[in-house]
Amino acid sequence: MFRLTASRVGGLLARRPAAALTAASSRPSSGEVSRPVDMSRPQYWDRRVSPLPDRPFREALSAEDKALKQKEKGPWGQLSREEKIALYRISFQLTYPEMNQSSSEWKTVLGGIFIFIGLTGLLVIWQSYYVYPPQPLTFDEDWRARQLQRMLDMRVNPVEGFSAKWDYEKGQWK
Amino acid sequence: MFRAVLGLTSSGLRCVAKARPSYSAPVAARCYSHGKAETDEEFDARWVTYFSKPDIDAWELKKGMNTLIGYDLVPEPKVLDSALRACRRLDDLASAIRILEAVKDKAGPHKDIYPYLIQELTPTLAELGISTPEQLGIDKL
Repeated sequence: MFRLTASRVGGLLARRPAAALTAASSRPSSGEVSRPVDMSRPQYWDRRVSPLPDRPFREALSAEDKALKQKEKGPWGQLSREEKIALYRISFQLTYPEMNQSSSEWKTVLGGIFIFIGLTGLLVIWQSYYVYPPQPLTFDEDWRARQLQRMLDMRVNPVEGFSAKWDYEKGQWK
Repeated sequence: MFRAVLGLTSSGLRCVAKARPSYSAPVAARCYSHGKAETDEEFDARWVTYFSKPDIDAWELKKGMNTLIGYDLVPEPKVLDSALRACRRLDDLASAIRILEAVKDKAGPHKDIYPYLIQELTPTLAELGISTPEQLGIDKL
């Protein structure tokens, strides 16, 4: 890492803006691997709050599309349903319903959370069995019974606390 | 200083004398300290004028629509009519359809607004030959 020479750094820096300038002007659609986007050019977007983006979705038009664009200059009543949809799809990538559709990502997220909590639970169980040292003998039932008797015998908190709840005459809890 | 005090008290007295609780309805709900608030009619007229510009360019159409959709309201049919005619002048059918989609989305849970808009715009849509998203089938996934 520290052996990175000045010339190497210069080379790295030179490559990045060049790549950005030569990048395609179109954004990748959903599902494609993302390429660097030239942010100095007008952007396309599909956003609810901003219906008309700075540029149409497809700028490189085939001959067919160009002919359609010419036909668009005439009365729109003469365009067929398919032609109108084609014109829409030239300018826009997603319709509003397509833009607004929800995904099932939340299931993946929730599932992942539960899986990791589960794995952690297994780890905790394994740890409590194999890692923890043996319990101190003060946790034994017998020891605790004798401890309790000792506390009652020395009248721990006799006014309002521990021994106050023990009925010494009857030898049971009040 | 005394003159200032006198000036203050005399005007202060005048204000106190005038200040009685008034129960008249306010002209507009904006809390300007001065100046009138724009009425709905003025707002609509302003936007109709904006889109009615004969040599409107594509940028102005985009800017206008994006701004209009940014407001907390659904535009009146007359404003949309003006915008659709601007699309016609720019030979941009796609934007016209997009505008219709945008106002439908803008109405949100109020499902009765969009049919009303289409009802009001039907003559214009027929005249310009604009199909609604429903007619093209792009209102469904």
